[in-house]
Amino acid sequence: MTVGRANDGTRVDTRLPHLLMGVGILYFLVPLLWVVIAATKSQPDLLDSPALWFAEFNLFENIGLLFREDDGVYGRWLVNTALYSGLSALGATALAAAAGYGLARFQFVGKRLFETALLGMIMVPATALVLPTYLILSEVELVDTMWAVILPSLLSPFGAYLVRVYVAESVPVELIDAARIDRAGELRIFWQIALPMMRPAIVTVFLFTLVATWNNYFLPLVMLSDADLYPLTVGLTTWFNTAQQEAGTRMLFNLVVTGSLLAIVPLIVAFVLLQRFWRSGAAAGALK
Amino acid sequence: MTRSLPITAPAADDPPAAPPVESRARRRSRRVTAHPVAGMLFVLPFFLVVVAFLVVPLGYAFWLSLSSKSLALGTRFSGIDNYVRAFTDPVLLDGLLRVVLFGLVQIPIMLGLALAGALVLDAVTTKFALAFRLIAFMPYAVPAVVGALMWGFLYSRTFGPFADLPTLVGGEPIDFFSVSLLLVSLGNIVTWAWTGYNMIILYSALQGVPRELHEAAVIDGATPVQVALRVKVPAIKQAISLAAIFTVIGTMQFFTEPQIMARFAPQISAGYTPNLYAYNQAFAYSDFHYSAAVSFALGFLVFVVAYAFVFVNNRRRGKRA
Repeated sequence: MTVGRANDGTRVDTRLPHLLMGVGILYFLVPLLWVVIAATKSQPDLLDSPALWFAEFNLFENIGLLFREDDGVYGRWLVNTALYSGLSALGATALAAAAGYGLARFQFVGKRLFETALLGMIMVPATALVLPTYLILSEVELVDTMWAVILPSLLSPFGAYLVRVYVAESVPVELIDAARIDRAGELRIFWQIALPMMRPAIVTVFLFTLVATWNNYFLPLVMLSDADLYPLTVGLTTWFNTAQQEAGTRMLFNLVVTGSLLAIVPLIVAFVLLQRFWRSGAAAGALK
Repeated sequence: MTRSLPITAPAADDPPAAPPVESRARRRSRRVTAHPVAGMLFVLPFFLVVVAFLVVPLGYAFWLSLSSKSLALGTRFSGIDNYVRAFTDPVLLDGLLRVVLFGLVQIPIMLGLALAGALVLDAVTTKFALAFRLIAFMPYAVPAVVGALMWGFLYSRTFGPFADLPTLVGGEPIDFFSVSLLLVSLGNIVTWAWTGYNMIILYSALQGVPRELHEAAVIDGATPVQVALRVKVPAIKQAISLAAIFTVIGTMQFFTEPQIMARFAPQISAGYTPNLYAYNQAFAYSDFHYSAAVSFALGFLVFVVAYAFVFVNNRRRGKRA
């Protein structure tokens, strides 16, 4: 490997890094390309035509079939997923924003203890809570309702922590004090002064909790048994099971593939569009 | 107990800069006072969710794990019996060992790739690098279920392009779902999904390293590779170890990929990973007491390892400062 010395001028050889990045792009892109290509194929073409090249273009037929299968249950799964992840992300972000602000800018009894505990909570793996939460929710008969998925998703210790770090760095105490001298209420100070300054952290927490709920599989798998309540992840796996049992005699594999494609498009679009926000948020305070 | 938190901004190389909270509070109390319970009210909703969905479930699961149910005797208190059973259960121990081995190989490979990618991104700022950054991150937005299904299709002989590749040169087709390749196949799925995410995090940390540091090294005649390995990597050690610890937490809870993959590879048994085992104890065998014990023990194990890691990391940092 030859890398030119940086101080013989700016002619550092970047061919090798570019080659490596090219390999990386192929690696990350090929599975996604496969889904895009496979989603345009009919069931027979999916089995017989070359995997990484187009056959007869069938995407719109597939999408039509997708939304008609099982009385349009896919549409319901899509709505469920958007509803669960939207509400969870909104709620979790609101709770994290208020708590992070409260911890960063107030003194009260038990604060130190709670902050230490918060760090511990970040280390509790979310999946370790799923079965215990199922057990408790079945006691209060909330299992197999949308709340069984939304309410546990409101818990985001990492979100609260990220906001706390961000506020400590970028919302000046002096500004809050000045507002207090002007007799502004605490809620108004939070809403009108602190919140706008916390925007990058809030967008980051929102996006990351949105993705976590959109992509969650274990929690809804455990909590839900009514197919009408499924999110996309659980729904698609049940279709895949059926497709395998029937060995593809009905047209289901192409529906699983097309359904998978439609399940990932919204998030990728959201991330690309909101890149500016989440990158500054992720860099600002923390890591996850 | 140090006040500095283990996860701080990448540029936190000046710990004394943190202003003492006490003096700030005193100054405020001279001029203006916040309502004494205002802070608590801001934290209260979050606190309630923590109690309802973390403290209570864990407490309840622990309580359940201390009893057993049998047809003959009904439900009765059994003390630590479930835990004794768990730690001597060959299926569970097998799964645990499998996950640990998996992590020992997969985590260093993935974080190594992520670090290399981050260093390249930090040094090369072409449009191509921008495209690489964006594309590498995309798999993060793909649900693990869809990622596993996609790779399952790609691995399979009927749908995928890879299994039959060796037959072009007269070789045997590759069976990605065979016992010997299964962990590698799973490792590839996880690496594909999480490398870009970790790369972005390490890249963000690198952006926080003061430029003067490597400019000085370059003036001293260091090559870009030397700058990367001797200046940049040590400067983001904190971020690297945190990425590692969160990856360990995730790996110990390995569930979705093997559960989906089991449809392609029937040899993925009910106890393939500890989390899969806990799930199957509850929903396949209806043994909620034992499932609670396995789930609780596993969560506790991960928690202790992670917390100890952060604590040691924090102490070491405290000494350096």
